[in-house]
Amino acid sequence: MSLATQQQDEMWRRVAIVAPYLWLLVFFLAPFAIIFKISLADPIIAQPPFTPTFDETGSLKASVDSFTFILTDKFYAITYMRSVLMAAAATIMCLALGFPMAYGIARSNPSTRSLLLLLIVLPFWISFLLRVYAWMGLMNNYGVINNFLMWLGAIDEPIQMMYTDFAVLIGLAYSYLPFMILPLYASLERMDLDLVDAAQDLGASRSRAFWDITWPLAKPGIIAGCLLVLIPAMGEYVIPYLLGGPESLLIGRVLFDEFFVNRDWPLASAVAIILLLLLVVPIVLLQRHQARDQEEAV
Amino acid sequence: MKDFICIEGVSKLFGDFKAVDNVDLEIGQGELFSILGGSGCGKTTLLRMLAGFEIPSSGTIKIDGVDVTNMAPYDRPVNMMFQSYAIFPHMNVAKNVGYGLRKDGIAKPEIKKRVDQMLELVQLSELETRNPNQLSGGQTQRVALARALIKQPKVLLLDEPLAALDKKLRERTQFELMNIQDELGITFVVVTHDQEEAMTLSGRIAVMDEGRFEQIGTPKEIYEFPTNRFVADFIGTINMFEGIVTVVGENQIQVYSDEIGETLTALGRQLVEVGQEIDIAVRPEKIFVSKEKPADEDGVCVQGMVDDLGYLGNRSLYRIRLKSGKIVQVSSQNRRRSVTRFLEWEDKVWISWRPRSAVVLLD
Repeated sequence: MSLATQQQDEMWRRVAIVAPYLWLLVFFLAPFAIIFKISLADPIIAQPPFTPTFDETGSLKASVDSFTFILTDKFYAITYMRSVLMAAAATIMCLALGFPMAYGIARSNPSTRSLLLLLIVLPFWISFLLRVYAWMGLMNNYGVINNFLMWLGAIDEPIQMMYTDFAVLIGLAYSYLPFMILPLYASLERMDLDLVDAAQDLGASRSRAFWDITWPLAKPGIIAGCLLVLIPAMGEYVIPYLLGGPESLLIGRVLFDEFFVNRDWPLASAVAIILLLLLVVPIVLLQRHQARDQEEAV
Repeated sequence: MKDFICIEGVSKLFGDFKAVDNVDLEIGQGELFSILGGSGCGKTTLLRMLAGFEIPSSGTIKIDGVDVTNMAPYDRPVNMMFQSYAIFPHMNVAKNVGYGLRKDGIAKPEIKKRVDQMLELVQLSELETRNPNQLSGGQTQRVALARALIKQPKVLLLDEPLAALDKKLRERTQFELMNIQDELGITFVVVTHDQEEAMTLSGRIAVMDEGRFEQIGTPKEIYEFPTNRFVADFIGTINMFEGIVTVVGENQIQVYSDEIGETLTALGRQLVEVGQEIDIAVRPEKIFVSKEKPADEDGVCVQGMVDDLGYLGNRSLYRIRLKSGKIVQVSSQNRRRSVTRFLEWEDKVWISWRPRSAVVLLD
């Protein structure tokens, strides 16, 4: 290979690496910087509805009022807490439902396996919004579930399911279940079945073998699946809006209201930044943990 | 004790498929026993039934007098070395080897002591803290062996123990396995498709096909005295000649074979009748090839032509075409050092063998 083509190759390799980073820079980091800038401004009734970062004299005009407001008003702390708890509950529910499903798919014979995987991703072919609406029809006071239970005679009057935290939890768990199953499936499918047999052969009961072998080897899939559910569930807006009650506020809803109802962009931006920090901290901790695990393994 | 492991009338069905078909087998204590067969012959299913991963559809399995037919794998006094070695990838060497002892709730210092002893036995002492992905194939095999032996099982099951190793390593490991077995006195049951492996390793071999045992015996018995066509053909190379019995003598028979073109003598160990169709089988190394007609009179002697030849260093292989068109394989030792070949293509030659070299096969 000549030097020129080698240099050309090198150039293309750089382009291939630089391009996605450029994308992230332009469409993630830059908007984030703008949001951060807005969060340090004060709200005004104008267009745009916040004060400029630099005044006419060119001196920096930043205020942390929005942040102090969020940190001092208990309302926000409670809403963040509720969002974290709701997302965590949905994640645990997805894991509890998804693990046996992923395990079953990974252990099924190859011909049915692809069909089962198809069934997992099939709901994505229907609009997310429609599927959430379908749950409204199911959980309504005179919806399918209540009607069925009343027909059975199990209940005399409808159970209030819609507009409760329960409905939000069901909606979240339902919507994000595939994101849990797919990474779990990927890590379980790779696993050598002989390993579980070997553990049993050496004296481990079935459940012991599961906790000693299957669970730790599925850990990368469990972590990936949990993050894929937890992160979007934290900021979820549509599901709590459609299925949740007016008083059961989650942070996604608050964010929307601050932006579009109160038109307090600096406060809304501050809410978004704190949400991001809440998500970034556990991810960074987790990555450090994984990096350490990997170092130990080498 | 001859019946340390006692398999009686064991069958295993998967749906309609009979993986193991009503087999009986007794294995003595301290024996190194091999089950040899091609893929899908049922050998692995039989091994998994001994380990407890499969429950027989019918029949009983006893180990050291205890009925283990329906016993869970973790309750059996049996350990297994898997074909894939099944080393736990998230545990280091010492953790892998000590796993069985930890499950038995043995105290830590005791585990440490026994792991050290075991690693010494398989010569891996300095690799204690290594992770499985840092081990070579041979080292992985030793870890698997150490892990399976540490609980001092009454029986060690080995599923294709050497299949994953390259040829040189395989030969060395064979002898190591035999030494370890000899030292510990544990009964080994090996499943393999590799006849060479079975022959060198084991005291006795069971040849298996379609869920049944075709023959059980020492390597020598199986090689020199195969009882049927399957075993004769499966173990090593053999020339088979179709023939019809013409005379039945006291301890030898006369057989006319179209393929050879004359009547030949064989030692009749089995009960045959005049007119019965049988096969005469002769191993390639039992056949002599010469340019002159050999003087030996009671031997079988046929003329043919060299169709093909191959020089392998220690020996040469010849394919001799008889008048009937039948190809006979002959293997001859290259005792003398010489650059010129003893035989060339198209040479007219005589092939001969002694009557007692031939095996009479009825089915």
